[in-house]
Amino acid sequence: MWEFLTQRWADVAYRAFQHTSLVVQSVALATVVALLLAVLVVGVGRLRGVANTVSAIGLTIPSFALLGLVIPLVGIGTTPSIVIVTFYATLPILRNAVVGLDGVDDALLESARGMGMSPLASLLRVRLPLAWPVIVTGLRVSTQMSMGVAAIAAYALGPGLGGYIYTGLSQIGGANALNYALVGTVGVVLLALVLDGLLVVLARLTTSRGIRA
Amino acid sequence: MPESTDRRPGDRRPDDTDTGLQRVVSGAALTLTDVTKTYAAQKRPAVDRLSLDIPAGEIVMFVGPSGCGKTTSLKMINRLIEPTSGTITIDGDDIKNHDVNELRRKIGYVIQGGSLFPHMSVADNIGLVPGLLKWDKKRISERADELLDLVGLDPARYRDRFPRELSGGQQQRVGVARGLAADPPVVLMDEPFGAVDPITRQRLQDELLSIQRRLGKTIICVTHDIDEAIKLGDRILILREGAQIAQYDTPETILAAPADAFVEDFVGAGSALKQLNLARVDDIELRQPVTAVLGESGADVRARLDAAGETAVVLLDDRRRPVGWVFRRSLPDGPITAPRGAELLRVDRQATLNDALDTMLASAYGGAIVTGSRDRFRGVVTFEAVTEHIRSTARDATGREPGVAQAEAAARDGGS
Repeated sequence: MWEFLTQRWADVAYRAFQHTSLVVQSVALATVVALLLAVLVVGVGRLRGVANTVSAIGLTIPSFALLGLVIPLVGIGTTPSIVIVTFYATLPILRNAVVGLDGVDDALLESARGMGMSPLASLLRVRLPLAWPVIVTGLRVSTQMSMGVAAIAAYALGPGLGGYIYTGLSQIGGANALNYALVGTVGVVLLALVLDGLLVVLARLTTSRGIRA
Repeated sequence: MPESTDRRPGDRRPDDTDTGLQRVVSGAALTLTDVTKTYAAQKRPAVDRLSLDIPAGEIVMFVGPSGCGKTTSLKMINRLIEPTSGTITIDGDDIKNHDVNELRRKIGYVIQGGSLFPHMSVADNIGLVPGLLKWDKKRISERADELLDLVGLDPARYRDRFPRELSGGQQQRVGVARGLAADPPVVLMDEPFGAVDPITRQRLQDELLSIQRRLGKTIICVTHDIDEAIKLGDRILILREGAQIAQYDTPETILAAPADAFVEDFVGAGSALKQLNLARVDDIELRQPVTAVLGESGADVRARLDAAGETAVVLLDDRRRPVGWVFRRSLPDGPITAPRGAELLRVDRQATLNDALDTMLASAYGGAIVTGSRDRFRGVVTFEAVTEHIRSTARDATGREPGVAQAEAAARDGGS
């Protein structure tokens, strides 16, 4: 095992970097999409049910199955990975953003309106900052999930540690099969923990002291 | 014009007029004309053709049972609710002529509990509207400090705190400061002191009155508490369902002469007693009893008492400060000296009649000694004078021509 690691150290590190980079970029994209959708959903009351249903159903689709649907559309490589990871990453953020934005006291919003804040100013200066802790929680859930989804997306020859897991699976019984699978899995778990820790710090830095738990 | 409705708020708070200061008015006059709000789902309008004149610099209290449309009426003034029809003008200027956000920045808005933004510091909360008005940073922070000072919070200690680090009363104070931040001529308040305990509420009310004395804004305040309305209001608007005006008048008149059974019911029992909290000793005529200066001969004073047909004399020192109140039989024959024993009970000329009655009940002489500036003797207030005052207020109020709507009468006053 140790030998396996030292021989492939550079490759493992590169794959870990790729994996993280894929997840971070996809989650970032997902955050933007989810926030835009959430603002739309909260603004138009009737969309709320639709959004909740889509998030619930979306999360039940096996990622492997979705991959099968995406590959014919965008081919193999990095693109299907980004599409899949972003899709799954969007759902928890969207759900939390809707809950968070909805949870802002109506009296505060009316107060903002009564003081002459435009709808955009009220959204950016009152609603988003107050919903932020809930949104960041969604972001953390989303990031954890995306680590796993990114591993599966490697089936389409995408980047990251997922490749090791598949190599391990395809060589079952072989000399390094267990090593490949273990390094891939443990690597994903460790990366997930590190990223989560960073997000906790980010949440603290971006949340007003007045509403910090 | 009946005397009672001609009164200006300053009359009720003699400490202003006492010092010879002119009443400050920085507020603007408001006029509502046939303002109606109909909701699609409801048959009856929530507010049905409300017409109202609100004079500049006064506090007008909107009261009424829940669902009477008082809050709807208030929110139509800053267009949080758009009227279905009718016009509202501020200093003659139709509010519909303005961009809605710009209009709101010129109207202070204070709601229950202060409704501070929890993620902003106290200073940021107060500086919000000035910020929207693009004041420069330095001016905003100076203004925040000035306002914290005005509402009795030490700027150095409180400006950087967050709302959750403040008590309910402090939050409400900051809420008032925020409403006043951009120096708006009109301030709307929606149950501002509803969320605090009674003792804090009373203090906040007193503070609001003292702030108002200095600023003279036009303040429109919704409350469900008739006692709060009586205490704070220069005028009270009592509404029944559909924002129909039941009565619009000074607290004195409403207490003494409720327009109808609805108002009487709403004002509740003990309105004569409530009246006593409105009037000051200064408002009623004082009796001038026989007085004597220390050192005078008791025999001379007795002769004066007999001539006046009175049985007790008020003793004054050489600076005309009352030192005793003695019966004829207790006077010595020689020079009168200051009586020993219990401290002489007296009331300040600015005390409410309620305070004066309290003092009278503890006195054996059927009255209370009233003192003015530097404790100088001014006269004696008696039970008879107090009851006469209550009766005459009632008489003034009912002395109007019958059939004239209270609101119209008040509107004429406002325009005169």
